Amino acid sequence: MSKPYNNKAWFFILPVFACVAFSAILPLMTVVNYSVQDIISPTKSVFVGLEWFRQTMRDSELHDALLRQVIFSLCVLLLQIPLGVALALAMPSKGWKSSAALVILSMPLLIPWNVVGTIWQIFGRADIGLGGHTLSALGVAYNYTASPIDAWLTVLLMDVWHWTPLVALLGFAGLRSIPDAYYQAAQIDGAGRWAVFRYIQLPKMRGVLTIAVLLRFMDSFMIYTEPFVVTGGGPGNSTTFLSQYLTQKAVGQFDLGPAAAFSLIYFLIILLFCFVLYSWMQSAGSGSKSAVETPP
Amino acid sequence: MARIEFQGVGHAYSAHPAQPSDYALQPMNMVWEDGGAYALLGPSGCGKSTLLNIISGLLSPSHGQVLFDGKAMNHILPRDRNIAQVFQFPVLYDTMSVFDNLAFPLRNRKVGEKEVRHRVHEIAEMLGMTGQLRQRAAGMPADAKQKISLGRGLVRKDVGAILFDEPLTVIDPHLKWQLRHQLKQIHQQLRLTLIYVTHDQTEALTFADEVVVMTDGKIVQQGGPDALFARPGHTFVGYFIGSPGMNFFPITLAVDDAVEISGQRLAVGAATMAALRAANGKLCLGIRPEFVALAEPGAPGALLADITAVQYLGVCTLLTGAIAGLPVKAKVDSGIRVSAGRHWLRLVRPETIFFCNDERILL
Repeated sequence: MSKPYNNKAWFFILPVFACVAFSAILPLMTVVNYSVQDIISPTKSVFVGLEWFRQTMRDSELHDALLRQVIFSLCVLLLQIPLGVALALAMPSKGWKSSAALVILSMPLLIPWNVVGTIWQIFGRADIGLGGHTLSALGVAYNYTASPIDAWLTVLLMDVWHWTPLVALLGFAGLRSIPDAYYQAAQIDGAGRWAVFRYIQLPKMRGVLTIAVLLRFMDSFMIYTEPFVVTGGGPGNSTTFLSQYLTQKAVGQFDLGPAAAFSLIYFLIILLFCFVLYSWMQSAGSGSKSAVETPP
Repeated sequence: MARIEFQGVGHAYSAHPAQPSDYALQPMNMVWEDGGAYALLGPSGCGKSTLLNIISGLLSPSHGQVLFDGKAMNHILPRDRNIAQVFQFPVLYDTMSVFDNLAFPLRNRKVGEKEVRHRVHEIAEMLGMTGQLRQRAAGMPADAKQKISLGRGLVRKDVGAILFDEPLTVIDPHLKWQLRHQLKQIHQQLRLTLIYVTHDQTEALTFADEVVVMTDGKIVQQGGPDALFARPGHTFVGYFIGSPGMNFFPITLAVDDAVEISGQRLAVGAATMAALRAANGKLCLGIRPEFVALAEPGAPGALLADITAVQYLGVCTLLTGAIAGLPVKAKVDSGIRVSAGRHWLRLVRPETIFFCNDERILL
């Protein structure tokens, strides 16, 4: 086997490279540049080395925001992935009912994020909101502007409402790609509903679920708009997540250096989590560690 | 062990079938004897798989009764019928080892782990897979996967029949022979009823004692490989079995003991003539290319043909051409050198086969 080598092919990659350079690499490098300097005025800056990184790592407010963020993302994954899979399994697979279910399910995905925030902000209000009013009429002391727990529940519920359909759609696509013969063989093998799910449907959905987990993790870890609209990060700091904290720093206080250092750390955390999740999902279910029978 | 019987079994996907074309499977009576090796042969979409799924219970027939050893099975679930089925594309439980795959049907039926181990090793030995039991099933080659699929069927003690739905489609040609041989050995060892669906005539003829030829949702002929070759019961069988298929010539009856093919006379016996006269509808003569030979110019019973193509096929030479506009193919000895052009051909077979206009054999 001999492959033809033609270095001219590199020229075809140049436009893509240029686009990526302008859209991703240059901005990222600007951030790297800011993170090691103290910007005093647009014309004056001082090199400070890793000072901003040290300061950021010691920032206790940031630690709190990071902890909240990790808990939030974990809750999102633990709620949305099983719920999405359950929805995908429950959806009708053929005919107009299937199409109708798909359309209804995708509705929340089509709503702009700040509108989603506004919808829930109003929905939760005790005076005019359907949800908030119903709850107080039932005698539940619900107030997301005063109680941190209520605020958390509202933000979580909103995210579940907004994004579970994505997991369900991905899962549905995964389920539809399973050939009928698998279900037929399972019938003949006497497999029950659970065994069909565990040994056919779940392994065949692994690919799309990996994507779903990564997407949901990244999105929830970077969540900004919706909680900002609903709770503004409050009460207190109880729903202030990482991006909101970062925005406060960069735009509110104009601390460009520390904000840049923070951005880079933020970016690395997301990268690390995604890598861990991805490798874990790739090895899980591939059976490399599964128990194998020993011959008698 | 099972003797499978169809009593008026047919299947239509629509609720109210009105005409024959509404049926995926025409209502039929059929018996699959216990321990027999049957091949179901027919083109894609002729109802073979429908028939197979009715036997295994994956499909409930809209008409008729399915009996196993005289017991009505229509409402018995696939898992409770003692049937193993191997599909066209290998079905494996990807996350399991070969052992766990083979053990799966037993574990689903709550068989004790000791018995499971015993049965799985017995079956693995039969399939020649003992050394691979610990491997992951997902990474195996296609032929091993099909063997595992078969093994999952055989591992149950009560299994009475194995159904194959074109199981060799995804297997490399050089492994096909080997695997088919192995399947046949297992059949002989276990004496199970075996039904093998295929659209490949070589596969059907080499595999089965009885070949059942299907087209348009009905069975057109059932018989041994030699009978299908020598006495096709239907024009479809003549056309489908053999490579190339049978030649068919429309004929008209002459006044004396002869038939005419495009104006050329062919003498036939008086008895044949009487039968042909008694038949109604369009008649046609069928003859296999193997029984068409070159003849001396003007010899009695010889027909003049234009040969347009000569293909050397090793043991024989295939001539393609036309007798007065009717396409004809002849297989002649490859020792004879022939070139394209006008040649005289004769129909060697003494008892030439005639078909009537319903395409059934006449004599």
